[in-house]
Amino acid sequence: MISHFARSLSLAAATLMLLGCGKSAPTGQNASADLVVRIGASAPLTGPQAHLGKDNENGARMAIDEANARGIDIGGRKVHFELISEDDQADPKSATIVAQKLADDKVSGVIGHMNSGTSIPAEKIYSDNGIPQISPSATAVAYTAQGFKTAFRVMANDAQQGHVLGEYAAKNLGAKNIAVIDDRTAYGQGLADEFIKAAQASGAQIVAREYTNDKAMDFTAVLTAVKSKKPDLLFYGGMDAQGGPMAKQLRALQLDAKFMAGDGSKTPEFIKLAGAAAEGAYASLPGVPLDKMPGGKAFSERFVAKYQPIQLYAPYCYDAVNVMIAAMQKAGSADPEKYLAALANISYDGVTARIQFDAKGDLKNGAITVYQVQHGTWQPLYTMAANSAAAH
Amino acid sequence: MEILLQQIINGLVQGSIYALVALGYTMVYGILGLINFAHGEVVMVGAMLVLSSLTAMLGWGMPPVLALPVSIMLAIAGCMALGYGIERIAYRPLRHAPRLAPLITAIGVSIVLQNLAMMIWGRGYHSFPQLFANTTHSFGGAVINDIQVIIFIMAVAIMAGLMVVVHHTRLGRAMRAIAENQHAAQLMGVDVNRVISITFMLGSAMAAVAGLMVSANYGLAHYYMGFLLGLKAFTAAVLGGIGNLRGAMLGGLLLGLIESLGAGYIGDLSGGFFGSNYQDVFAFLVLIAVLVFRPSGLLGERLAERA
Repeated sequence: MISHFARSLSLAAATLMLLGCGKSAPTGQNASADLVVRIGASAPLTGPQAHLGKDNENGARMAIDEANARGIDIGGRKVHFELISEDDQADPKSATIVAQKLADDKVSGVIGHMNSGTSIPAEKIYSDNGIPQISPSATAVAYTAQGFKTAFRVMANDAQQGHVLGEYAAKNLGAKNIAVIDDRTAYGQGLADEFIKAAQASGAQIVAREYTNDKAMDFTAVLTAVKSKKPDLLFYGGMDAQGGPMAKQLRALQLDAKFMAGDGSKTPEFIKLAGAAAEGAYASLPGVPLDKMPGGKAFSERFVAKYQPIQLYAPYCYDAVNVMIAAMQKAGSADPEKYLAALANISYDGVTARIQFDAKGDLKNGAITVYQVQHGTWQPLYTMAANSAAAH
Repeated sequence: MEILLQQIINGLVQGSIYALVALGYTMVYGILGLINFAHGEVVMVGAMLVLSSLTAMLGWGMPPVLALPVSIMLAIAGCMALGYGIERIAYRPLRHAPRLAPLITAIGVSIVLQNLAMMIWGRGYHSFPQLFANTTHSFGGAVINDIQVIIFIMAVAIMAGLMVVVHHTRLGRAMRAIAENQHAAQLMGVDVNRVISITFMLGSAMAAVAGLMVSANYGLAHYYMGFLLGLKAFTAAVLGGIGNLRGAMLGGLLLGLIESLGAGYIGDLSGGFFGSNYQDVFAFLVLIAVLVFRPSGLLGERLAERA
């Protein structure tokens, strides 16, 4: 029985893959003489994080559409950009398949992946094929620590973010006994580890370390175990799909600890899922608040008019595409070999930050902002400037 | 002590949902020898139907006391139609095909339903409206809220009702007869197609109720929610002995308890070596252990053999 099941599952998977490949076969040159530049994008478009993945895709698509409408010249030729958007299901295994497919499609660059857990296994494939990769939202330290010259990100990493959160919890919120739960993904685990380091360094104690996964819905058992340790703050390393229900179940179990999470939970969806329990929750997001950035407010208005309210990383995807195009223009070529150097040395004013990369491909001067849910919306509490946040 | 009590409550609430879904798997298996892998998606559709009809009716100004039962009825009707349709389209034409074929169509139906739901209801999460104050009761240090009490009572009542239907009605006798020998039952004048359709509709109605329970308990619905729930419920059905109704109930409740006690205590018992991330591993270890010693599950016999 089980072997039948496994066999039919793999068959179904193979069929799906075939379908997937047929769907977006390379379309070749445009009828007009424009130079066609393909940019790949990858995010989970199905599964529990699909709402975030679609948000990413929309951010990238808007940048591409605007560039096409504006009319971009690269090296004296008019360019038409094409977005090839792929679904990696937030799954490390699917991410490598997607990466290979994008490499085979001869994309000039990749915006992605959304998750750290997918960006990390994919980056070797992009590096082997010489394709520059800008992740809008992979924050795990390991992403740029592997030494691949093609990997960049437009967001501060978890060492910086975890550091700010840990210090904020212990110093500003006065938390003494902290419980930590993470979803065992590269992102969740990495952020939780960095948070713990900083919180302990600031004098707090970690009284419980528990785990869940990125598909779970029920946390009552884990939270009950946490409750017996009487924490005054619960930190969750993971995405909103788990963070929201977790905050809700925390209150249902009459556990009074403050709730704190990282960027993955700083979404309108989190507030919707947690309901009344969202009130007072803390989360951080790299960068300064969007409406404080030049062009940030205008971007957000354009985005909402075209799609729907921003979930999370759409502005970062938008910046990632634009910074890639800027590098191509600077180098006068969309050939990865030629514009890679220009990308590494770029200075570009995006809607989320002034984007400059350090030698590893990390964002220079990444600020971190801590937010709290007040009256049903995320309100910025305080922004820690770049340099003091850069612990590593 | 209050922690243990709380974990048992957690497990029973979760387990009664598993049990209700597991019944859908086990009924179909008992009668057709087929695993209906699309069953988890029917639960999801049930939750989505309740939510969207409820939200619409509240929007029209209907009072919650009226809107809730109406939307539950709508969801049950919708899921019954869906269950009928699935059987008619994906399983009936393959009833005499090798067993692998309907298994593949089952997975196909599951993928189709998931993607249809994604297209209809979108990729985002839908939250369950707060209809009435969900009072929390506390005893012995443990807490349980109204919704959880209602879930448990409803699940037990539905399971009892199902037992009555299967063991004390004409329809139930026909179901058991088909489970024992489809051809003989047909020769005795049982309308096999009709009974199988009704079985699917019964299972889907319970799935709709389970969908309501899940979305009310967690306050959310999502097009992907049926997948893991279906897998867990299938595990529960196998644990109890697939094809056996009492087994599905027992398996569901046991799985809920194992999960919550496992997640709650495994870290402390193993000195932090195994964390609560081994929750699922723990549940499947128990499943494997049971299957090694009792290959047909805890109460392993098919529906028919209880007759």
